[in-house]
Amino acid sequence: MSDATFRDGNVADATEPPRSSWPLYEVFLRSKRGLNHVHVGSLHAADAQMALHHARDLYTRRNEGVSIWVVKAADITASSPEEKDPFFAPSGDKVYRHPTFYEIPDSVPHI
Amino acid sequence: MPDAYRKTMIRQIAQHAHSEIIGMQPEGNWVTRAPSLRRKAILLAKVQDEAGHGLYLYSAAETLGADREDLTARLISGAQKYSSIFNYPTLTFADVGVIGWLVDGAAICNQVPLCRSSYGPYARAMIRICKEESFHQRQGYELLMTMMRGTPAQREMVQDATNRWWWPSLMMFGPPDAESPNTAQSMRWRIKRHTNDELRQRFVDMTVPQAAALGVTLPDPLLRWNDERGNYDFGEVDWAEFKRVVAGNGPCNAQRIEHRRAAHEGGAWVREAAAVHAAKRAARKEAAA
Repeated sequence: MSDATFRDGNVADATEPPRSSWPLYEVFLRSKRGLNHVHVGSLHAADAQMALHHARDLYTRRNEGVSIWVVKAADITASSPEEKDPFFAPSGDKVYRHPTFYEIPDSVPHI
Repeated sequence: MPDAYRKTMIRQIAQHAHSEIIGMQPEGNWVTRAPSLRRKAILLAKVQDEAGHGLYLYSAAETLGADREDLTARLISGAQKYSSIFNYPTLTFADVGVIGWLVDGAAICNQVPLCRSSYGPYARAMIRICKEESFHQRQGYELLMTMMRGTPAQREMVQDATNRWWWPSLMMFGPPDAESPNTAQSMRWRIKRHTNDELRQRFVDMTVPQAAALGVTLPDPLLRWNDERGNYDFGEVDWAEFKRVVAGNGPCNAQRIEHRRAAHEGGAWVREAAAVHAAKRAARKEAAA
C-alpha cells in the first residue's frame, strides 16, 4: 500500500503507525433503512470499545444508525488508485454481463 | 495529487476544523446561565455539534496525511488560524441568538458550495455539517423572535447584539476579491466555488428581509436595495479591524487560545490513562487466549 491509498481510497493513511497516542479507527454505520454499513469517517480511540462509544457520540447524534462497526485503519487493505485501470480491467470488456447487451423484441412481455 | 493542492487542502480543512473547535467557546460561555432548561438543552446540543463538526473535519484532514496531534499543536501555537469571528465576546444571552442567526447564517452561505468541493472527504463532511447547521441558525432566530416579543430591555439586547455582530459576520467571507490572491487558484482547483465578495453579497441579500421580519435594524446607513443590480448595496467593511483581529489583536484571541491550551493539557492525563487501560485489557485478553 502506498501514499496513494488515502488519496482516492479516502481511508486515512494506514501505512505507518499514527504518531498520535491513540490509533485511528474507521467508522461504518448501518442506517435504519436496511442498507449496508456505510463508511462515515474516522476517529481516534484508545481501543475498539472506546472507538464504538466515540462513534456513537460523533456519528449518531440524530439517530443516523442502528449498528456501528469500527475497524482499525491500519488493518484495512485497500486497492491502489495508481493501478486502478489494470486492476479493474478484467470486467471492462465484458459488456455481455449486462442485460442491456441482449436485444429482445418489444412484443415479448415481462423480460 | 499535486503537492500544492494537498497543502492548500490541509490548510483549509484544518483552519475550518479549528474554527469549529474554538467556536464552542463563545456560546459555551452561556451554557450554565441559559434562562431555561429548554434553552440550555438546545445550547448544549449546538455546542456538541460544533465539537462534532471539528472532529469530522480533522478526520478529513487526516485522509491527506495530516496528524491529529500535530494539528492541535499548530492551533495552540498559533501556526494555524481559525475564523476571526470567534475572537469577539458574547456579552448577553441575545448574542447566543445572533450568533445562530448571523454567524451560522454566514457559515451556511460559505459552506453550502463546499459540499461540491473537489476533495471528496471534505465535501462529504460538509454535507453532514450543513444539515446540522440549519438547526443552529433556526434555533438562533427563534430565540431572537422570542426576545423581540418580550420587554423593551430584551428588544434592546437583541438590537445591541445585532449591532456588534453584523460587521464581524460580513468579515467571515474574507478580504475583498481584489485582495484575495489565492481565490483564482482555489477556484481552478474547485476547492472554492464562489468568490468572497459574491458570497458576502448573497449573505446580505438573504439577511436583510430576515432582519425586517425580526424588527431589528442592521447597523449600516448605506444599506439599501439597488434595483439596477438586483442586490442590496452596503457599506464598506472595516478591513483594518479585520486585519487587527486576524493578526491576533482582537478582543478575545489570547483568551480563546489559552482556554484551548488549558483544556488540551488538562486532559493529557485522561488520554494517557485510557491508553494504559487499553494496553492492560489487550494484555489480559492475550493472556487468556
